Amino acid sequence: MSRTQNSKLKTQNSAIVEVRGLKKYFPVFSGLFTQRVVGWVKAVDDVSFSIRRGETLGLVGESGCGKTTTGRCILQLERVTEGEILFEGQDLTRLGDAELRLLRRHMQIVFQDPYSSLNPRMTIGQIIGEPIWVHRLLRDRGECRDRVEELLTLVGLNPLMAQRYPHELSGGQRQRVGIARALALEARFVVCDEPVSALDVSIQAQIINLLEELQGRFSLTYLFIAHDLSVVRHISDRIVVMYLGRVAEIADRVELYESPLHPYTQALLSAVPVPDPAVEAQRERVVLKGEVPSPMNPPSGCVFHPRCPIAVEECGQIVPQLREIRPDHWVACSRV
Amino acid sequence: MLARLCKINFVATLLEVRDLRTHFHTSQGIVRAVDGVSFDIKEGETAALVGESGCGKTMTALSVMRLVPKPQGSIVGGEIHFQGRDLLRLTEQEMREIRGAEIAMIFQEPMTSLNPVLTIGRQITETLEAHERLSRDTPEARALELLRLVGIPDANRRLSDYPHRLSGGMRQRIMIAIALSCNPKLILADEPTTALDVTIQAQILELMRELSRKFGVAMMIITHNLGVVARYADRVHVMYAGKVIESAGARDIYQNPRHPYTLGLLHSVPRLDQPRKAKLDPIEGQPPDLWNLPQGCSFSPRCKFVIERCKREVPPLRDIGAGHRSACWVAETLSQGKVSSS
Repeated sequence: MSRTQNSKLKTQNSAIVEVRGLKKYFPVFSGLFTQRVVGWVKAVDDVSFSIRRGETLGLVGESGCGKTTTGRCILQLERVTEGEILFEGQDLTRLGDAELRLLRRHMQIVFQDPYSSLNPRMTIGQIIGEPIWVHRLLRDRGECRDRVEELLTLVGLNPLMAQRYPHELSGGQRQRVGIARALALEARFVVCDEPVSALDVSIQAQIINLLEELQGRFSLTYLFIAHDLSVVRHISDRIVVMYLGRVAEIADRVELYESPLHPYTQALLSAVPVPDPAVEAQRERVVLKGEVPSPMNPPSGCVFHPRCPIAVEECGQIVPQLREIRPDHWVACSRV
Repeated sequence: MLARLCKINFVATLLEVRDLRTHFHTSQGIVRAVDGVSFDIKEGETAALVGESGCGKTMTALSVMRLVPKPQGSIVGGEIHFQGRDLLRLTEQEMREIRGAEIAMIFQEPMTSLNPVLTIGRQITETLEAHERLSRDTPEARALELLRLVGIPDANRRLSDYPHRLSGGMRQRIMIAIALSCNPKLILADEPTTALDVTIQAQILELMRELSRKFGVAMMIITHNLGVVARYADRVHVMYAGKVIESAGARDIYQNPRHPYTLGLLHSVPRLDQPRKAKLDPIEGQPPDLWNLPQGCSFSPRCKFVIERCKREVPPLRDIGAGHRSACWVAETLSQGKVSSS
């Protein structure tokens, strides 16, 4: 990333989170007894963006593009290989465990799978109450119980649910519990990692509405990670498109969906099905050839060039930098 | 009697399911996973069976294949006529000759539905050998031809590869090749693209459409996403709590839904082709508890259009004109029938 971009990002002083040159490589081991590192999976490779206070930033891409890893790196659930993560100006990558723990109160996560992210041996009340105890926000059992009931009501559940166990709840109800747990510490920033993709269609809309309502009420900032582009358009203010560990395009919602510039974004958008045969019959589809290459051995130059419909020879040699083509619309493609 | 009548009237009907009932016996009681399901599939047609998890769509397909998990599950009633024969009256041996050869199935998880210790080539030739459909070609030559047909690059080398070396999209192509291997009349595809990324999903669906046209195979695509099938289905059957609640031609059902549940499903998803709504319009309430279904219409507790009668009587699936069927007492008067962009 060039210096001009860095200074540009710095001037956006309303940022709550800034990601600068983030890299996360996972080692690949080989050998049955002697574990040798034989290669690296470049899950996230030089990613930079910022999240503004109060906004919802959508992070989209196909499986394996590094969107979840990026989210986990921001929360320091993964140690970064290189780069900086600034949360309210503080570089999280340089903090010790104790300092991090204090900050964790303010940044929480809602996981994708509501079936495996709640401890089956704890009651709903214990699950939501645990972070309150850990951070010693309330020391009185009665007060804590009241707070749990308040949180349950807030996410649209009956306060009596506190006595129940996760297996007694439906997927949608469990996801509401996950949201209540994330809100228990009055977090300012929440990473929502595919929060609705495991839910039935009729329930997805309920959860999205709930997330939006809570955001308005507590002025939360969301990083919304998803692969469903229709859902992302609905909830996000700005959107980051990732492909194979790199950022392809960053733009605000209207701009990205009305005039996508990166050929990958265009293909991605055209592949999203519309529930209306009359509309579908008239839509043109850019069906991408081939599949996502392995992040262990990404293509040279622009990582998208083997599948790109407009690639030229030099795309295989030069790594395109993220450039600001229009105000606030960044694209990493040399052909735009 | 019914079968004979239908045979005279609709020569082109390939599969006729009539009042199918598949029940599960669990420690908490009987679950009516499939509760009186009826639908037809015509030759060469692509039908979609749409519904949320637990609505009985997969069990309907497994019942057609007579693969309902035993001993908990059993088909307790109904008829399944395939090319004039009632599949439920066939012996197990006769059924084995139909499975794979006449009716093939593609499963949701390409990761788990291929055998990890057999090569790709062996898995295709296995089906061919089982049904002895080899006139002049050797099975290997046919396997190679099939791999090329489904667009596997470097097919020659892939024959001796194992499934773990292939990506999800490639594995689903192999599943399609296996399904096509004996030139079936009907392919049941259970969520064929749910486990795949959106760009790969488009590739696979286009491939399935192309092949079904080329060989005149009828398909039943099972999915929970109404959007996925809009482009591909000729007819759509929507299921809820073990019953078909609406059934119509694809254009008709998307533009003029006549059941509150279908209407709710269409309204609740954000659409890329329409202006963004300030707020989504979800279906309120929880999915039905199959052990404890309400009296009357199963959808009534979540329905916006509910009337007194819905809570007492189960609405039958009835004709409401032009091949459109709905199981709703107020189907004719659903005023918000048109999906508006407001």
